[in-house]
Order: sequence, then C-alpha cells, then structure tokens
Amino acid sequence: MKILVCISSVPDTTSKINFTADKSAFDKNGIQWVINPLDEFALTKAVKLQESQGATVTVINVGDAGTEPVIRKALAIGANDAVRVNLDPKDSFSTAKEIAAVAQNGGYDLILCGKESIDYNGGSVPGMVAQLLNQPFVNASVGLDVNGAEATAVREIEGGKETISVKLPAVIAGQKGLVDEKDLIIPNMRGIMSARTKPLQVVEPTSSEVKVQGVSYDSVPPRAAVKIVSPDNLDELVRLLHEEAKVI
Amino acid sequence: MAVFVYAENINGVYKKAAFEAVAYAKAVADQAGDTVTAISVNPTDSSDLLYKYGASNVINIKDEGLKSFSAKAYAQAVSEVANGNIIVFPHTTDASSIAPMLAVMNGFALITNALAAPESLSPFQVKRRAFSGKGFMHAKAEGNGVIVTVSQNAFGVKENAVSGSEEVKNLSVANEDTKVISHEQSSGKLDLKEAEVVVSAGRGMKGPENWGMIEELANVLGAATACSKPVSDIGWRPHTEHVGQTGKAISPNLYIAVGISGAIQHLAGVNSSKTIVVINSDAEAPFFKSADYGVVGDAFQIIPALTEKIKAIKG
Ligand SMILES: Cc1cc2nc3c(=O)[nH]c(=O)nc-3n(C[C@H](O)[C@H](O)[C@H](O)COP(=O)(O)OP(=O)(O)OC[C@H]3O[C@@H](n4cnc5c(N)ncnc54)[C@H](O)[C@@H]3O)c2cc1C
Repeated sequence: MKILVCISSVPDTTSKINFTADKSAFDKNGIQWVINPLDEFALTKAVKLQESQGATVTVINVGDAGTEPVIRKALAIGANDAVRVNLDPKDSFSTAKEIAAVAQNGGYDLILCGKESIDYNGGSVPGMVAQLLNQPFVNASVGLDVNGAEATAVREIEGGKETISVKLPAVIAGQKGLVDEKDLIIPNMRGIMSARTKPLQVVEPTSSEVKVQGVSYDSVPPRAAVKIVSPDNLDELVRLLHEEAKVI
Repeated sequence: MAVFVYAENINGVYKKAAFEAVAYAKAVADQAGDTVTAISVNPTDSSDLLYKYGASNVINIKDEGLKSFSAKAYAQAVSEVANGNIIVFPHTTDASSIAPMLAVMNGFALITNALAAPESLSPFQVKRRAFSGKGFMHAKAEGNGVIVTVSQNAFGVKENAVSGSEEVKNLSVANEDTKVISHEQSSGKLDLKEAEVVVSAGRGMKGPENWGMIEELANVLGAATACSKPVSDIGWRPHTEHVGQTGKAISPNLYIAVGISGAIQHLAGVNSSKTIVVINSDAEAPFFKSADYGVVGDAFQIIPALTEKIKAIKG
C-alpha cells in the first residue's frame, strides 16, 4: 500500500501573527515553522499503517525551499520519502492542483491530510484534491482502518459520529482522534539522523493558476479593558451581562 | 447574478446554520439585485422556514441514494441544480466537505469561513477568518463563479421574509464509493458551533467529577459546554468539546471560561465570541486580557452562586 501525506508548514502555534506595514501580506519575520498540527495526526496514522501493513509513506509539501526543515521533520517522524513542489502557494486551489498532479502519477492507495491548516484556515485542499483525482473524500475523520482495497473511516458530525466504508483510492482529512494525542510521534535521534539521507525530491509546479487572492489582512482589534467584578458581588455580573452586554 | 444557497438539514430538519446561510445569501442577492434559490437534499421541514429568511425559491432534491451523506455525491447533486455564479454554504462539517468538491467541479473560486457580507460582488471580495482567529484576511475571488462558506454565528440568523415557491427535483446520483455503516447522533445536546451561549471549563476544574456544576450553569443558560485541550487530552471531556486552534472555532454571543488560563492556542478558537467572561483564581491569568468581564476567585464557590442568581432572573 502506498500512502501520500499532505503536509503544510505553518507558524508555530504560539506565534504572534503580524502583517506587513501595508497590510498586504503575512509578515514571516521571526516566525518558527512547524508541521500543521492537524497534519501530524495524519502523518502519525500513516506511520502506524506503515508499521502494521507494510505501507510506504510519502509526504508532499507545496512550498519554497524554506519549508524543507519541516519536511525533514516529517521524514524523521517516519515517512519513507518526500516530494516538495517548488511553489510558494497562493491559495488552496493551486496547492490542491499541485498535490493532485503528483498523486496522479504516483498510484497512491490513500491520501491523508489534516482537515485544515492553522494559517489560512481554508479547509479546502483535501476536498479539492479528492475531486481533482475523482476519488471519494471523508472529512473531519477521527478514526481509520484499512482493509485491502477498502477503508473504514469514522467522521465527526455535529453532535455525533458516522462510520463509513470507503473504496480506495480515497482522500481522508483527519484531525485529533485519527490517532490519540499521546501517540503523536516525537522524532528521536535515530529518526533525525536517518531523515537526512531519505530522498527528498523537488519538482517544479505545473501551473500558476490562482482562484483566490488575499487582498489585505487585519489584526484582531483589542478588546476594551476587562471589567473586574468581585466574587462577592455576582449580582453585578448578572446585571452587566443582562443590561450592558445584553447576552442573557 | 442568481444566488444559490445550500440549506443543510439533519434527518430532514433544517439546521440553524442553514437559516444563517440563507440570510447571508439574501444579503448577497440584495446587493446583486437578484433573488435567492435554496437547495436542500431530502428535507422534511417546510420550505416556509426558508422563505422566512429570504429564499424566494426552494429546490428540494429527492434522491434515495442521498439518504446517507457522501461529500462527492452531494456535490454532484448540488452541481446539477445550482445554476448560478454565487453559491453560499454554511461552514458546517458536511457543507465544508461538499464545497471544495463542488468548486472544482464547477471551476469556481472557493472562499471559506466568511465573517461578514461581501465587500464587493464583482470581483467577489469578503472578510474571512484566518490564522485561527489571530487575524483576518480580505479575500478576492478570480473568475466568474464563487462559492462562499459562512462561518457559523458570524453573520447572524436574520429574518427577511419573502414569498416563495418550491420545486421538487428527482435525481439519482451515483453514490458507490462510500457507504455509511452506522450513524450515531447523541440526542438532546446543543451543538457547540451553533450555540449562542457556551460555558467552557479547563484544568482549573481539577477533575471530571466537578463538571456537574458547569453543566448546571450551562443548563440554566441554555448553553452548550466546551473545554480546553488538556481537559479533553486527559479524557475528562470528549474531544468534540475541545475548542481552540486545534479544536473547534466558535463565536457565540457569550463565552464563559472557567478555570482556563487563556493560552494563545485556546484564545485562537474563542476570541471571536462577542462577550467573554473569565472566572479564574489567578488574577494574572492571561485570559483576563482578552475578556470583557472577569471574576478573580474560586470557581467552586462562584459557579454554584452564579447559577442560582441566573436561575432567579430567568424566573
Ligand atoms: C500545538 C498546540 C495546539 C494547542 N491547541 C489548543 C487548543 O486548540 N485549545 C486549547 O484550549 N489549548 C490548546 N493548546 C494548549 C494550550 O497551550 C494550553 O496548554 C491550554 O489551553 C491550557 O488549558 P487550561 O487553561 O485548561 O489549563 P491550565 O493552563 O492548567 O490552566 C488552568 C487555569 O485554571 C485556573 N484555576 C485553577 N484552579 C481554579 C479554581 N479553583 N477556580 C478558578 N480557576 C482556577 C488556574 O489559575 C489556571 O489559569 C495547544 C497547545 C499546543 C502546543
């Protein structure tokens, strides 16, 4: 079985998000880059399938050379090899198109993604890849088993869960639950050493078509100073919520 | 510029997010000088509910094959009837699974997580959530068609009654790749993403046995419950309640955070709440910086007392 895991390189979760002075772009100065946390669940799941079913795991990232440390980290976690499409992605569609182009020729049985990247929050790449490849798609997956040419996926729905059997090849977008948080793999020294010699292939993009442009960006306006209410005066809190904020 | 909207239902019953999406579509249609056509798959609810929020036409897709959900088959069905260049979806799990597939099918641009009515229609430009709530992006669509998903609770469920008519479309879309084996819906629980009031608690609650008071406060307020990530990691609460950067992003009218420190990752999922109340024993807890109202003190005393006081005014 061949698995392709889509990895996005995103600002570390503690990053303060700033924009350039003219607000036209995200300011990358001083940012630490990490594997998108939701992709880590997908990657760990793939490595588990590699151990249990002898799958090979390829990670793919659409990004410029600056994303290679994050790709190496994915290799250290256990992927066999990696592909980087040499394009600084501008929107979900262009990213999905490049992933689909690589997947098209790769003969992958399963494509695993995180359901959303925590930078632009598009939540669109996995579904787009599935459609570009004309494959079934399960989103928000919190459980996955593979059995030959079929997978059983559990997806989260509002107020419940649904278990689905899916014909492979398929695209599955996962989140926490796909594997347990405690099972996320932290690379050890051996993994880090071997990642240095694992193949990382760089391919050029197939097109530069973009469907959505980020015209400008805003920071979140600060809230007015907090009003502190004494724990002995909860009537005042109730009054404020009722009369001032009008939320109860 | 015909405006279409996907009115999501669960087991035939329209969701609040569907009404919000219809209201959003109506605002777009008013800007465009056109009308709204709502599309729903096998609804049992009356179309009157959609006219109330501004849909002039309702297309009810009847398809036995779509009794259970498949992103691809639903995208196919919507694509067969949505005959316009603006299509609105709520940003629910199902709708945000269909939208990317439909965008590719139709060759449309897709803008997800819209927070407000569009800034312009041609080109279509809208403010959207980005950086997990730590920033906003003004996104512009290229080309002739756009699909937009509306972040839940961001635009609001605005009534705007019109007279409408209904049309039934019998389809039989191929749905062979996926098969739903089982479907579990926990009944009676308020959907966290739709809730207007959310009571959330963190590690400060010390253990799962102390959640009774959180649930009671939520009950009195008609609120959904949520939690911080460590709480669901340890298994005190189900991970479906975990809010934040790696959990659910929510924007209720009122978010009450009990015993939650307010780490940047937690804030990322809740800072678009309209009003935030923080209850924490540590006056230095970072959450107070992002709150509208704060109480410094012991949650174990404050929550039961607050519950009683709210009960009293709710009468
Ligand atoms: C990659 C990554 C992603 C993350 N994603 C998320 C996310 O999505 N959501 C999320 O929530 N976190 C997330 N986190 C974790 C986040 O950094 C914090 O660790 C977490 O939010 C802290 O949870 P907490 O406030 O419940 O616990 P703590 O930090 O332990 O804080 C508990 C609070 O309770 C208060 N307290 C204690 N006793 C009482 C009492 N009797 N009465 C009142 N107050 C009391 C304390 O003063 C303290 O402020 C993420 C972390 C990483 C690294």
